[in-house]
Amino acid sequence: MPRLRDVCRNVRSKVAGPFWITVDAFFDGAESYRAHHAKLQPAALAPLLQTEAAMIEVYPVEPLCMVKISYPRAAPQGGMVERDMHSGQQYVRLLDLELD
Amino acid sequence: MPDGPAFSPVRVFVPAGQLGAGVRADEVVTAIERGFDVIALDAGSTDSGAAYLAAGVSKNSRDAVKADLRLLMTAQARSRAPLLVGTAGQAGADPNVDWTLEIVAEVAREEGLTPRVAALYSELAAETLKAKNAAGKVRSLPPLGALDDATIDSCAHIVALMGVEPYIAALEAGADILIGGRSTDTAVLASYPIWRGAHAGAAWHAGKTGECGAQCTANVNLGSGVILAIDRSGFEVEPLHPATRCTVQSVSAHMLYENSNPFRLTEPGGVLDVTAARYEQVSEVRVRVEGSVWEPRPYTMKLEGASAGRYQTVMIVGIADPQVLANLDLFHDRMHHVLTRRIERTMGARAGAFDVSLRIYGWNAVTGGPVPKEAAPPREVGVMCVITAESQNLADQMAKACNPYFFHMPLSDGVELPSYGFPFSPAEIPRGQVFEFRLNHVVELDDPLELVRTRWIDLATATEGADA
Repeated sequence: MPRLRDVCRNVRSKVAGPFWITVDAFFDGAESYRAHHAKLQPAALAPLLQTEAAMIEVYPVEPLCMVKISYPRAAPQGGMVERDMHSGQQYVRLLDLELD
Repeated sequence: MPDGPAFSPVRVFVPAGQLGAGVRADEVVTAIERGFDVIALDAGSTDSGAAYLAAGVSKNSRDAVKADLRLLMTAQARSRAPLLVGTAGQAGADPNVDWTLEIVAEVAREEGLTPRVAALYSELAAETLKAKNAAGKVRSLPPLGALDDATIDSCAHIVALMGVEPYIAALEAGADILIGGRSTDTAVLASYPIWRGAHAGAAWHAGKTGECGAQCTANVNLGSGVILAIDRSGFEVEPLHPATRCTVQSVSAHMLYENSNPFRLTEPGGVLDVTAARYEQVSEVRVRVEGSVWEPRPYTMKLEGASAGRYQTVMIVGIADPQVLANLDLFHDRMHHVLTRRIERTMGARAGAFDVSLRIYGWNAVTGGPVPKEAAPPREVGVMCVITAESQNLADQMAKACNPYFFHMPLSDGVELPSYGFPFSPAEIPRGQVFEFRLNHVVELDDPLELVRTRWIDLATATEGADA
């Protein structure tokens, strides 16, 4: 059963304004994109992103063989217990997502 | 929009992703050789946190901003093309704009330049925003809810993000240099082409593409700037560094960057929709884009507000003790309990509302989540203790009270006290306030200039006056 890290050439995350995080998953080719991108659904992502499925936005971008996933931060950027100001490490929690 | 077949593309020189990031003198020379109509770039963003808005200070060093301004103001004077800078001083609040203007005046004096400078301010007084809110003109964006007066009052500074209109008004009035407060990155780059009658969708899309300078090229480590050429149906983008190129992939992928929606971007007065955009490699280094759509909407400006809250003091120790490393979760919980009790006992009610946060770097400081049971112990860890209190003095006093425990706490009772590795003396570092963004709202406006103030500074006169 492939995990996200097995079928992507690059996965990254970043703040999208102070209240949102965006994850970009670039599949390693059109074949991987076609086979797996539909598995990236809010319901499957919600437990890993620790937010409600209804708040998760998923945008497949076929020409780039990638899927963008955007979701609200658990706490606004820069609060008392900030661990990742630019949210650049938040993609890691998705790497082991199983895609079958 | 003017008609006629003789529309020559409007050329925008974007020298860097941000003023102060390092404009390259060789690229300025290349840009002048190739020709441009305007120099445009932003000088800030919210990405680095709320501190710069709440405190009204720059993130970039003064010397770095001055070096870039010297290159760009000199290029402006030589080319006579206007220079537009948006989101001055990182956050674009009034003090950030004034800080930048002071550097502009200094460079003008040193280089003997005499530009006409327009400063665009978009900071809002709390009362102004309360009135708009009371009139039902403020809408919240998810995940935040409706705005109340207490939230407005908690903000040290509030800014509204400007669109193209204030820039166009100042260009119309003859500005050579425009130093803008908080603006959308896109608007700073799109305003001049829109003023000149270029295709609106193409101008906005070009603005989004060029907002980070060479980030839209195939090798982001090479070079700093790009040239955008916007015409009546699309735009082209090319790098300035000779060893990199723009590709269909690099240009189309930039719509993804720091953006929650890769197809639609809300801007003041409309939405840029790139769903139907077509990308074409028109030369080795240049990409053409057509099919971008600008959908006009009722005018809104996004709001940003930042508060300055409680104070923090930090201590760090390094630990290589194998016993501790084999029991890090136990160590964390025990340490947290010991430090909290220590503060309560030594300071009592005087402590006020405080918080102790321990982050074990090398274990789970970044994720904050539980570590799987089977995880092997790390070779060493760094433990950061962050104490938050109502004043800097209180946070410092708490750290001092905790110091011996943070330094010596054993994993279990009845053993010789260990000493962990402090990297500094004194061990505690006063860190300052916790800065937070408090607004994620938009204000609806009939007039795009209603909340904007423009100030004119004629450095020609100032220079003559100083010389006389």
